[in-house]
Amino acid sequence: MTLNSNDIRKDFPILQRETASGARVVYLDSTATSQKPLAVIEAMNDYYRHSNANIHRGVHTLAEEATAMYEGAREKIAKFINAPSARQVIYTRNTTESINLVAYSWARANLKAGDLVILTEMEHHSNLVPWHMLQAERGIELDFIPVAESGLLDLDAYKTLLSRRPKLISFTHMSNVLGTINPAAEIIRLAHEAGALTLVDAAQSVPHLKVDVQALDADFLAFSAHKMCGPTGIGALYGKTELLEKMPPFLGGGDMIKEVKLRSFRPNTLPHKFEAGTPAIAEAVGFGAAVDYLNSIGMDNIAAHEHEITEYALERLEEVPGVKVFGPTAQHKGGVAAFTLEGVHPHDVAQILDKDGIAVRAGHHCAQPLHEKFGIPATSRASFYLYNTKDEVDMLISGIYKVKEMFG
Amino acid sequence: MDDLYREVIIEHYKNPGYRGHLDPHDILFEDNNPLCGDHIEITLQVGDNGVVKDARFDGHGCAISQASADLLVESIIGKPLEDVKQLNKDHILEMLGIDLGPVRLKCALLSLKVLKAGVYGLGEASDDLVD
Repeated sequence: MTLNSNDIRKDFPILQRETASGARVVYLDSTATSQKPLAVIEAMNDYYRHSNANIHRGVHTLAEEATAMYEGAREKIAKFINAPSARQVIYTRNTTESINLVAYSWARANLKAGDLVILTEMEHHSNLVPWHMLQAERGIELDFIPVAESGLLDLDAYKTLLSRRPKLISFTHMSNVLGTINPAAEIIRLAHEAGALTLVDAAQSVPHLKVDVQALDADFLAFSAHKMCGPTGIGALYGKTELLEKMPPFLGGGDMIKEVKLRSFRPNTLPHKFEAGTPAIAEAVGFGAAVDYLNSIGMDNIAAHEHEITEYALERLEEVPGVKVFGPTAQHKGGVAAFTLEGVHPHDVAQILDKDGIAVRAGHHCAQPLHEKFGIPATSRASFYLYNTKDEVDMLISGIYKVKEMFG
Repeated sequence: MDDLYREVIIEHYKNPGYRGHLDPHDILFEDNNPLCGDHIEITLQVGDNGVVKDARFDGHGCAISQASADLLVESIIGKPLEDVKQLNKDHILEMLGIDLGPVRLKCALLSLKVLKAGVYGLGEASDDLVD
């Protein structure tokens, strides 16, 4: 094992607590949101204790410190994804808002009735609904790269779709249900050859893999802090400069302007053009601290560790009679295992596991069309991060046997 | 928790007495719980005197949602529709004999929501029906 999870667990105060029944917390729900290391909690705390002020245009000490911390975090985040410039990283509330920013600003300025946007069948609702809304408003067309039974995207079907001259391909880098890691670089290369732009939903990939926006050649890339050891309430949109510069502002208000007259305004430069109003400053500071934390462990180590845990979990789950795991083999998969247990609804599985402190998620995980495709209303989902251990996988398996006994 | 999976719930989930679909029927209504995809359909036959002659539920979902539906349907056969309109969440919780957190409460009350929307002849089932 390339990293020691037992040491890493000590960095996360919440993993030391017990549940009401006295069980140790076995947190297998990091795909929904990750836990936060002390370094992140303390960075935000420290900001409020020592440096809190509104940012930009303040000349006093606190305002200068706050601005430096807010912008310093942006630099760290930009470097983390290898963005050429921090000006290309726009703070948003989360991945959902990042995708909506592209849908509202870029798409409304560039797409007209009949223009085609390609998504995939494995998208989270956050990368479906903004496009449904635009379809209703603008009459754009939507089509979908199919998901094969194996859990992988059908790239031949994608190539056929590209012959219809789409304007944008918006796709998830890693499925939050199947765990499928999609070949983003290839999808983007093919899109560019067909003259289309790309938006990558990287909510699940940036926390778990080394993501390099320049190597991918992504036009837009969206992610959230809270899935990568950072706080809720903040995320980012990366975009190519020439695209961001031509895009109209998204929200209007303070900080996004260069000049305001009673009847007109001139927008600010990047990235502030897209950041109206007082932002989530402490959260930005926490976001930066999360990046520092992940860098201190090393993204390659994290990915290798998760791969090992996932391989083990899949092996153990497949041993259990009545369990069916969805998605590809460990080779093409991040740390996610969505499964069904014959005869027992996923909610009941999750509830009974909770008795032993085991936190898994049950439902359609905001990917209802994908569940429909596989003909199931819901799944239970265990997901893994840097702090999870093989012991915890063993506890999950014993828990599933208990459920079977109860419903047997 | 062991309470949550009391024998009565597991029993009604595994061997429901009133699962099915009445044809012909006087009232049919169905709805989903958007949080988890639980689905319940209820069909009723109503006599000229306004009394529920027969009722069935169909659908899929967790033990709590399906057992609640079975218990609910059983409890309304022979009752006037006017009485059915008065049912609220206490009726369900009493039959289940457990307390539920806000998330699982939605599972437990889905069938009542569907039933009342059907009886009132509403286009859409609203949470207000089961408060």
